[in-house]
Amino acid sequence: MPLLTGFAEWETLPLLVVLSSFAPGVVIMFLREDQRGLRTTLNMIGATLKLLLVGLMLTGVAAGIEYRWAMTVLPGLELVLIGDALALLFVTLSAVLWMVTTIYAIGYLEGSPNRTRFFGFFSLCVTATTGVAMAGDLFTFVIFYEALTWTTYPLVVHRGSEAAIRAGRLYLIYTLTAGALLIVGAVGLYASAGTLEFVAGGAIDPQLVHENPGRYLIIFFLLLGGVGVKAALFPVHGWLPVAMVAPAPVSALLHAVAVVKAGAFGVIRLLHSVFGIELATEMGVAAVVAAGAAFTIVYGSLRALTQDDLKRRLAFSTVSQLSYITLGAALLLPLAHIGGLVHLVHQGLMKITLFFCAGILAETISVKRVSEMGGVGRRLPLTMIAFTVAALGMIGLPPIAGFVSKWHLGLGGIESGAEWIIPVLLASSLLNAAYFLPILRTAWFDPQNAEWNAAERESWLEADWRLLWPALITAGIALGSGLFANTAWSPLGWTRLIVYGGGL
Amino acid sequence: MTPLTLYALAGAGIFVLGLVGTLGRGHLFWKVLGVNFMGSGAFLILMAASPRLPGGEADPVPQAMVLTGIVVAVSATALALGMALRVAVRTGRPYLSEDLPTKTPEPVEESDVESSPDRPPKDRAGGEESTAH
Amino acid sequence: MSGAPLWTTVAVMGPLVAGIVALAGGRRALQSGLVLGSASSLAAAWGLAHTIMDEGVVRHLLGGWGRPLGIELYVDGLAAVMISVTAVVGSVVSWYSSAYFGDVADLRESPAARGARFFAPLWLFLWSAMNGIYVSGDMFNLYVMMEVLGLSAAAIVTLAVTRKATLAGMRYLFISLAGSMLFLLGVALLYAEYGTLSLEELAAMNPGGATAGWALSAMTVGLLAKTALFPLHSWLPPAHAGAPAPGSAILSALVVKASFYVIVRLWMHVFGYGLPAAEAEGALLILGTLGGIAIIWGSLLALRQVSLKRLIAYSTVAQIGYLFVMFPLLAELAPGADPDAWNLNAWNGGIYHLIAHALAKAAMFLAAGSMTYAVADDAIESISGVAHRLPMSFLAFGLGGLSLAGIPPSAGYVSKWLLLNAALESGQWFWAGLIALGGLLTLAYVLMVGRYAVQIRHSPEPFRTVPRRMEWAAITLAVLTVALGLRAVEPLALLSIGGARPWP
Repeated sequence: MPLLTGFAEWETLPLLVVLSSFAPGVVIMFLREDQRGLRTTLNMIGATLKLLLVGLMLTGVAAGIEYRWAMTVLPGLELVLIGDALALLFVTLSAVLWMVTTIYAIGYLEGSPNRTRFFGFFSLCVTATTGVAMAGDLFTFVIFYEALTWTTYPLVVHRGSEAAIRAGRLYLIYTLTAGALLIVGAVGLYASAGTLEFVAGGAIDPQLVHENPGRYLIIFFLLLGGVGVKAALFPVHGWLPVAMVAPAPVSALLHAVAVVKAGAFGVIRLLHSVFGIELATEMGVAAVVAAGAAFTIVYGSLRALTQDDLKRRLAFSTVSQLSYITLGAALLLPLAHIGGLVHLVHQGLMKITLFFCAGILAETISVKRVSEMGGVGRRLPLTMIAFTVAALGMIGLPPIAGFVSKWHLGLGGIESGAEWIIPVLLASSLLNAAYFLPILRTAWFDPQNAEWNAAERESWLEADWRLLWPALITAGIALGSGLFANTAWSPLGWTRLIVYGGGL
Repeated sequence: MTPLTLYALAGAGIFVLGLVGTLGRGHLFWKVLGVNFMGSGAFLILMAASPRLPGGEADPVPQAMVLTGIVVAVSATALALGMALRVAVRTGRPYLSEDLPTKTPEPVEESDVESSPDRPPKDRAGGEESTAH
Repeated sequence: MSGAPLWTTVAVMGPLVAGIVALAGGRRALQSGLVLGSASSLAAAWGLAHTIMDEGVVRHLLGGWGRPLGIELYVDGLAAVMISVTAVVGSVVSWYSSAYFGDVADLRESPAARGARFFAPLWLFLWSAMNGIYVSGDMFNLYVMMEVLGLSAAAIVTLAVTRKATLAGMRYLFISLAGSMLFLLGVALLYAEYGTLSLEELAAMNPGGATAGWALSAMTVGLLAKTALFPLHSWLPPAHAGAPAPGSAILSALVVKASFYVIVRLWMHVFGYGLPAAEAEGALLILGTLGGIAIIWGSLLALRQVSLKRLIAYSTVAQIGYLFVMFPLLAELAPGADPDAWNLNAWNGGIYHLIAHALAKAAMFLAAGSMTYAVADDAIESISGVAHRLPMSFLAFGLGGLSLAGIPPSAGYVSKWLLLNAALESGQWFWAGLIALGGLLTLAYVLMVGRYAVQIRHSPEPFRTVPRRMEWAAITLAVLTVALGLRAVEPLALLSIGGARPWP
């Protein structure tokens, strides 16, 4: 395919990937509420275009091209977008999940007010996420990371209820304070080390750190505070369960791709591309991060146990699962990195499925609590199959995706000499089982215990197809990523390319 | 002490007098007068302390400046008097509000709006506020 | 006459002639005055920027009259930046004002029409005076221009026909006149001591003795009163909030910057080197400390306001503080830097903040003018729900506010980045913390307005239709603040001509 290869070498591809969701977002903002067809068309064109462009870049990167697009903002500081293997891992995830979530959101919000605003900010939110993924230096990262806060806020408060406004305020207080820390940390780093470029293996000259360790410790913890809030590390995870009031597609995107993954990705960048894992380990900060992550894993699972609200239970599960990524990134040796990175994708796939299913339950039969879920498997069998696949994956049952992550994390822990990770993983898996299996039992085996008509159906499908298909698709990908983990194009295969190709 | 030093010192004294008058006196006429005192003080210093040209003649530059300054001061005084008159007409007293001895100072967060909803909208065309004569 | 002399003349005479045209009254005269003033200012800004980019700093003695009697013109990068910012903001405000004052068919009918009749000529005279200050190379000329500025600015405040605006305008006039007199006193003392009025000649003499110290003190106090630095700020909120919306935008965005510009010229370019180092640094530290208090105090008071325009005016008090935080940072150098230079990051950051604040504050005041125009009330509570009726104005207000808070990408972010960089490269964490804290406080009051504006349950009634032009004008400025956050290279390149230290 000479023509395709020609395109794949195109330098501005990273910019185009960002613009492919930015442009529709801006245009949608100016549409009238009743221009539904045009809005949907624009959304789908943007999502499709983004997938195509990302596909092009994937072939390019697999062929060894490194994309880089830069624009000078200040003397010495550039807005840099790069497309290397690591960036593309995250970009691909967001492009795929944006597509399915958009379809889901169109179905979910059918007939509700303010959809123009919703879809406008939805596209901008994905734009910011893509920017975070492809940021080539900390300066660019900060810009998109802050933009993400502001584009997500209108989505969190979309319903305009008291609870939504309150959740939005809490979200802003957390993220904005974090943003201030991040900016001060980034400037401090620039003023001290003179560079903000992300470099595989670390950008800071260890000599500088040895000369002035205290200063770099402050900078590290400022930056960690900045990215840790969105990565929902204990004790700054409080905003995440509260932000549950957002509509289901927002929660889905928030938990799988946009905000929390930007935070987790930030931790990876901080540990690997800014300080470098060897330097971070030597400074002792990697151990602090790992310990914090391990604690968060157990803590999140424990909190999830006691939640009756389904979305809240899923949210605490996210708090816990996110820290797998952080934990993997904070260990010294490659196997753990593979585990952490691949979980970035796997957790996204599984968690978005769970939220899609929770949305279907709420929308179709108004079931929002775990205690009301008795027998829903008979009314919504396909939904609950998707839910079951994702939940079992979260627990870590082979052959679903989650198993692959935990396997590599465990092996990586042993390889890195951090054997304590094994009991953490075991405890977490047991706890995962303890809060997911009762849901499955209730849904499949208990008698109906809430007010919904078991027979009521509008068509042969159990729910609106735009809600159901996305859930089935993501569940299918989650299963496939586990089953075919050993092929080159699976998330695991790509992660290996990143880690063993020196991309981290 | 040369006469020139005396001039300069007098100028400084007049300037300070003017400053005190502008800031300290409540009545708007005193304030206008105070500003003029300040100007005169500065002009006096300018005239007195200017360097002599070789040959003992006076330097023309300060004189040019003072002339210009007087023109500026006249315009400023005219505007200030005009505005003071309007304040007096509109509030009934020639004082800035916080100098009124009988009234308590306005709280900081008091609304600045004095709109009366019954007025026809055309009257509000000049701003978001309406008149309060 | 060609090139630079031509453009400096156009910068001053263009708006002046336009003002005389507008003085004729009548709709056509007002409109053509505004168009002529905007066009000549924009052309002059463009021409001057290009000329000094090509040929360097411009010096010109008007009419060939020699020093000290003749009028000396001097245009370097700083002056060109000021003229350009004034031209852009001023043109947009003129555009807005032509819609704001509406149809002035019969100019004598209502008292409110006084604003419509006299705003344009007063504003154009003001514009001429500002450009005059920026191109002046001698102190007496500065004094005259500042008087013209002060008189027309005070008159603009009283165009609003409320009792409070009249009182505020009166107080503003006295502050302005007293400030000018202090400045004139300084001019007299300096002429007595050094026998020159030219800033450049004076700088070459390295003025340092007791007389110079007294003169500088008198001039600085006078200018600080005009710039409304804490604790001389109390006249500003009633005056800026009381004026008609376009007037508020001009006063807050541009007029306070004119006296700040003179302070910069005096401190950095004329007196920066002759004064004993310890005393100079002490004075700079005092200026910075007052600026720091202004940031905190102004923001806290802004949070307590119930009137929208007063809130924005207190925000100006706070943002002026940032301009003065530049001063102590100027003297602090990174290790190993040339000890004779100023800290370039502080210089760039301070002036960029001036640009950012001019654009953002004008956008905010214009947007607030549209919102209060629509609901015919200035209380923050009464604009609840306005965001749904005037989304563009709300967006302009929000973008302006976020830029002031330093949220990327925006001009305010760039300026805060540079100031933080200046603080951290010399290890001054105190100033860095203050700058970050000020940003968070700014967010707090911007969000407070946002919270009312986005409320859904209230629909503002009665609601007057806002001319489209007013909405577009505000959003133009808001978009410019974002654009300047992505591209700061050209403005900083222009600023660098003549350098932070033009007269060694």
